[in-house]
Amino acid sequence: MKQCEANCAACSLGTPEQAAKLHAIIDESKSTPGCLMHILQEAQGVYGYLPMSVQKAIAEELGISLSEVYGVVTFYSQFSLTPKGKHRISVCLGTACYVKGADKILEAVESQLGIKCGDCTEDGLFSIDSCRCVGACGLAPVMMVGEEVYGKLTPDKVRSILASYKEEQA
Amino acid sequence: MVNLKINHIPVSVPEGSTILEAARLAHVEIPTLCYLKDVACVGSCRMCLVEATGARGLVAACVYPVSEGMEVLTNTPKCRKSRQVSLELLLSKHKKKCLSCERNNNCELQRLSIEYNADEDRFEGEDAINPLDDSNPCVVRDNDKCINCMRCVAACKKQHVGAIGPIGRGFHAHVGSAGGVELKDSSCVGCGQCVVACPVGALTVKSNISDVQAAFDDPTKKVVFFTAPSVRATLGEAFGLPIGTNVEGKMVAAIRRLGDCEVFNMDVTADLTIMEEATELLTRIKDGGVLPMFTSCCPGWVRFVEQSHPEMIPHLSTCKSPQEMFGGLLKTYYCEKHGIDPKDLFVVSVIPCSAKKFECKRPEMHGEVDVALTTRELARMIKTAGIRFVDLPDEEFDNPFATCSGGGTIFGATGGVMEAALRVAAHKLDGAFEVIDFPEVRGTSPIKEATYSVAGITVRVAVASGLENAETVIRSIQSGEKKYDFVEIMACPGGCVNGGGQPSLPDSVRNNVDLRGERAKALYSSDSANKLRRSSESPVIDTIYKEYFGTPNSHKAHEVLHTSYKPNPRI
Repeated sequence: MKQCEANCAACSLGTPEQAAKLHAIIDESKSTPGCLMHILQEAQGVYGYLPMSVQKAIAEELGISLSEVYGVVTFYSQFSLTPKGKHRISVCLGTACYVKGADKILEAVESQLGIKCGDCTEDGLFSIDSCRCVGACGLAPVMMVGEEVYGKLTPDKVRSILASYKEEQA
Repeated sequence: MVNLKINHIPVSVPEGSTILEAARLAHVEIPTLCYLKDVACVGSCRMCLVEATGARGLVAACVYPVSEGMEVLTNTPKCRKSRQVSLELLLSKHKKKCLSCERNNNCELQRLSIEYNADEDRFEGEDAINPLDDSNPCVVRDNDKCINCMRCVAACKKQHVGAIGPIGRGFHAHVGSAGGVELKDSSCVGCGQCVVACPVGALTVKSNISDVQAAFDDPTKKVVFFTAPSVRATLGEAFGLPIGTNVEGKMVAAIRRLGDCEVFNMDVTADLTIMEEATELLTRIKDGGVLPMFTSCCPGWVRFVEQSHPEMIPHLSTCKSPQEMFGGLLKTYYCEKHGIDPKDLFVVSVIPCSAKKFECKRPEMHGEVDVALTTRELARMIKTAGIRFVDLPDEEFDNPFATCSGGGTIFGATGGVMEAALRVAAHKLDGAFEVIDFPEVRGTSPIKEATYSVAGITVRVAVASGLENAETVIRSIQSGEKKYDFVEIMACPGGCVNGGGQPSLPDSVRNNVDLRGERAKALYSSDSANKLRRSSESPVIDTIYKEYFGTPNSHKAHEVLHTSYKPNPRI
């Protein structure tokens, strides 16, 4: 999401389509008590993450403080304050994966991409997160790239998987 | 009514009461940390756990409702053990730098740890290291001392500021501002109600004691103090005197013993504020100016308007606060009269407030007040200097700024500015109008309203304290639901007597005593004992206008005693 230099209210909410979607989401739910979680989930769907400008717009429209919104965003690990890549990598650190060496898998992904868990590559292609169990313990260790699940991973396999995504992009 | 027994003592309480409220009626104290009457009640600290019939396990007394025939036990081995472990867990992460802590001997965590024999080293573990946030000129946050009780968050939310909130989860959960920004970049207005609410030393008001000591040690500086109206009503608490003791004479004597200085009475510039503000109000009414006019003595309120309601700026009186009027008066009139170079005059105000520290640094104020000290800082200086406060003789303020009217004194309580202004404005409109007391605007109710008619002019007034109530007043004006001519707002609930810089009193007092009312009584008794009740009757005010300003709202008065505001929208 690009922001204009003046950081004007309209531009800071992304493209006109994104801004329109955000306002529609808020308008639809704001009279329902306890609507904040729902709005945040939907907003993250629109932007891929929850930039401060979006949180601020939500706070203003709901008549609550920004610190209240930020508190909820930082409480739940499903919400992200940083942009996500085109390909969202999620390395499972659940029990089964962990005993099968998931930490080595995460390390491999991090070193391959040169970023840390939670961050996004500069070209916007990949971002890395960890998760707790994707329900494929029989395939441990597991990671997801977007909606695709990859099982019985080794650091070498990780290398070729990432390479295939890079090639696809090229 | 619901009948129950607390520790075998029968009590009847209204339906919907909590066990904690019922226990109070039975004169049983249940320990609390996260609970603060009228501010916070979430049941998270687990200190108030009690045994109650019909409940599974221990229940949190602060949130658990009473039921008919319930028997509650608050002091069983199970309760005591549970509280002890809760305290030990809190202490495992608490920075136990108690000796140098401002709240040492006045800390709720410390008191309960002693009462429950909690071992501060029982649980070893990782320490959360958080950076100290002293970016804000008013409030300092040391999260390593924070016990996450969230009383500050509740107080800030109640102030309709919401500058802080819980961030993150689990071990890393902490209190901070949205986006993780420092307090100076948040929407904090500096009112200090978070500091008042904090049970430990995690929140303090920034200290300027060393600046004052340096000025005393500098032979080129002439030091002058002035003390705000409400300081005399609260300073005694720091020396064990009962709440509501007026210690004006001892306060003056103590300040004189701190170093070579003169001690003036800020009630004088409260009187001056009234002269300017009442004149401004009558001009706005007669000339069709922007109404309602809002008072502008409270820097927390002014900052709130600039940040959250910039559209209301034209409604703010252009009068500086009494603190800043005094600064201006001293660095012009007083310096000129005594042949002092203003840069050699070191002006110290003693105020009940944390936001005044920000106010004196506002560029519009040109550094006329060098340092603002809180009541707590003054008490600390007096203790450090080895002055036996309670044994001091009563002494009087120094001339030429000693004599004030009762109207100036009541500035320290909610409704005081309004009443003082009404006294002068009404008399100005009708010289035969002799009413002095305006009981409708007194007391600690959140919003007070009244209508007065004098000499054919009707003035509709409102008084609100606490920014939550200020917000309500603003909305009712903007929606057209209410029509007022003059509105007094104080950021702190109850006014300056409950300011962020007043002596820290623990929850055991705050939950049980009408602190605001008791402290205000000292000011109203001083007012009624004063022969001069109207600000316009004060001979000091008379002299100041004769010798310097001419008349209220004159060109010179505007230069020295008035100011301007600017929008400052924040996150």
